Amino acid sequence: MRKLLTLTDVSVRYGFYEALTDISMNVESGELVVLLGANGAGKSTIFRTISGLNKPLKGRIEWQGKSIGGSSASKLVADGIGHCPEGRKLFPNMNVYENLRMGAYAVRRNKKALSETLEQVYTLFPILEEKKGTAAGSLSGGQQQMLAIGRAMMSRPQLLLFDEPSIGLAPLIVEQVFDVIKEINRNGTTVLLAEQNANAALKIADRGYVIEDGKIVVEGEREELFANDEVRKAYIGA
Amino acid sequence: MSMIKRNRIALIFLLVALMAPLFTDNQYYLYIVTLSFIWTIAVYGMNLIGGYTGQLSLAHAGFFAIGAYSLGLLTVDANVPYWFAFVLACLITTVVGFFVGLIALRTKEHFFAIYTLCVGYIIYLVIYQWDELTGGVRGLIGVPPPSPIGPISFESAESNYYLVLAFLVLVFVFMKFLTESLIGRTYVAIRNSEELAQTIGINTMRQKLVSFVISTFLAGLAGALYASFVRFLGPEISYTMTTFDMLTYLIVGGIGTLYGPLVGTFLIVTITQSLQFMEEYRMLIFGPLLVFLVIFYPRGIVGGIQMWKAKRQFKKRQKMKRTSSTSTHEGGD
Ligand SMILES: Nc1ncnc2c1ncn2[C@@H]1O[C@H](COP(=O)(O)OP(=O)(O)OP(=O)(O)O)[C@@H](O)[C@H]1O
Ligand SMILES: [Mg+2]
Repeated sequence: MRKLLTLTDVSVRYGFYEALTDISMNVESGELVVLLGANGAGKSTIFRTISGLNKPLKGRIEWQGKSIGGSSASKLVADGIGHCPEGRKLFPNMNVYENLRMGAYAVRRNKKALSETLEQVYTLFPILEEKKGTAAGSLSGGQQQMLAIGRAMMSRPQLLLFDEPSIGLAPLIVEQVFDVIKEINRNGTTVLLAEQNANAALKIADRGYVIEDGKIVVEGEREELFANDEVRKAYIGA
Repeated sequence: MSMIKRNRIALIFLLVALMAPLFTDNQYYLYIVTLSFIWTIAVYGMNLIGGYTGQLSLAHAGFFAIGAYSLGLLTVDANVPYWFAFVLACLITTVVGFFVGLIALRTKEHFFAIYTLCVGYIIYLVIYQWDELTGGVRGLIGVPPPSPIGPISFESAESNYYLVLAFLVLVFVFMKFLTESLIGRTYVAIRNSEELAQTIGINTMRQKLVSFVISTFLAGLAGALYASFVRFLGPEISYTMTTFDMLTYLIVGGIGTLYGPLVGTFLIVTITQSLQFMEEYRMLIFGPLLVFLVIFYPRGIVGGIQMWKAKRQFKKRQKMKRTSSTSTHEGGD
């Protein structure tokens, strides 16, 4: 399989605090890879660094074989890296449709792609079509998460980063969200998913990494991680 | 037809504005209203960068003055033909705005406000101190009125009124299209959260710069109109107080709304004039009024009206829902 994204010895600092130390990981085209870690482990920092919001102190990030360590966030979206940020950040005063429309900013010149992707999003989340005129700020938590996912799809990314999409949602909705992410992956988008909900996340993943204190401590196929005692103890609770 | 209906408020404003000179012979009233229109254009600029894009620029009086002094100096000292000088004045302001923005926009939030405040003050000092060029405290006298366009000359108060009104209408239409376009929504996205805007692929630095440059262009345009309307320029137009006056108009009218600059500037400029006998004591009225507005109507008069309308519509819809559901219920019985 083709390497889509490769991180080699990436370190990131906030001021003097080293949030990531020598992170090496990779994602192949078509995969669904999960990134497990407790609060403060550094999951969001990895995502922010991949999508250009944080700059790595050292190390190399390659996207489709080219180094992207210094690229701006906006350019990376146009290059095919989508980011669904933590905490379902939306534009609360814009309605559902406008939020989706803003998500397509990077591909705004391609009108046909725009209506096609919008169709896909509405098929995946019929509720968004129903509520397209509603202000995003007045949606329920679950609906907001769906809108955040839908908006991230609108830029037609090759790789989509989902940062803890299940946080704060009812169990039934969590299941729905994971089903949708699996579906997006099956439709051809490579997915990197950060989660604390290891059980649910591993069920849909091909492979995973476990991160603690800014370092990768375990990596492996889904079955290996399920079988790993430490992972079970720390994240699955069995 | 529907276009007329959708824009009926704007059209009513326009109609009233077009007919206003027919109802009054009082040149002084006309003078005040013309002046308020000129300030409105500048406040539209402030609204674009501060209200829509969320970057409060406090150098606005400075750019206004650059436009005004450019026109004044080009026509008085350099004898450049009026309309050519007019275009140049706008251009000069825009170019200065571009370079200031390039540096200022690297700072964020409070720091941006403070930085632009300093830039504004530096512009004031330059105008005040550079005696040989600007005339310093003495100011610049004898700025010519706009030269005739074909058969239309701009000697009378009425003709000046209509000229300024024409520019205001152009600016309004431009702002309407801009803020309703994807670019306008991009600005709102940046105001919402710059980081989120980046995450969806917006080059926030470039968009902020474009917004800032347009805002300085509008300030320069207003300044140029001001120069040839008042025909005398002093350094005080670039002073920090002028910026805060504009900010007051904007906040009272409604920051981040399309009609806010129009409503706020007109009301305050005319009320200030009629309270002139109170001199500085009128701030005793404006101060508390401003505090009241910021607390209860953070989006000013226009924002307040919009809220009220939205609520009324919501209630109407609720009522309709209720009556329709009870009637189907009765039908089922
Ligand atoms: N802007 C910041 N400034 C300073 N330190 C930060 C900043 N953002 C994160 N950190 C620190 O970096 C570390 C990693 O944070 P990060 O947000 O990546 O964790 P996370 O794995 O996403 O956690 P969570 O599951 O709670 O979202 C934490 O110790 C955090 O305190
Ligand atoms: Mg996080």
